[in-house]
Amino acid sequence: MESLAEILISAGLVIGGIFGLVGSFGLIKLRDPMSRLHAPTKATTLGVGGTLIASMIHAPLFEGHLSFHELLITLFLFLTAPVTAFFIAKVHLHRNERPETLPTPGEDRLWATHDADRDGNRD
Amino acid sequence: MITYAAYFAFACYGAAMLMCLWKVAAADQIGDRILALDTMVINALALLVLYGLAFGTEIYFEVVLIIAMLGFVSTVAYARFLLRGNIIE
Repeated sequence: MESLAEILISAGLVIGGIFGLVGSFGLIKLRDPMSRLHAPTKATTLGVGGTLIASMIHAPLFEGHLSFHELLITLFLFLTAPVTAFFIAKVHLHRNERPETLPTPGEDRLWATHDADRDGNRD
Repeated sequence: MITYAAYFAFACYGAAMLMCLWKVAAADQIGDRILALDTMVINALALLVLYGLAFGTEIYFEVVLIIAMLGFVSTVAYARFLLRGNIIE
């Protein structure tokens, strides 16, 4: 039983570490700004998730108390990572693309970040 | 076994933070810098959780929560400053 828990904790740590390394390596490896967005926001979040799962298994078995901080951190990270990725993607659209280089959004409007340029103060 | 796995994860996240630091210094666009700073914050969270696990302290979990909130708010504020020119309007 003890060794099974050790194997689970070690697997969580190693897999989490590899995912974190892959995420940051993709940040410097990938060519396109929009595809560079994928590596840190997804792989690094998974890596931190693996580390937090290992810590959650570790606390009741080796330190003798339950620990719910990790659930809070996981919830917060998984909620905020898509919002962050969305904002950085919008910065890329705003600074690197023109309305002519983007596909049409489908209605009789421009993309929202370029629409603000045309009629002044709309977001 | 847990000790060696924790040291392996320390090495992985340390190398990841170095890569992010290099990207912050050498990026050619401002969006990549924001992304690299956000990734550095997430790697710092993982390092703090690992420190708490490897050395048996739990005082760092509150630190992790505060750094997570500060990292999210600062990333959103930086991106919003680039998009709109001000943060709170």
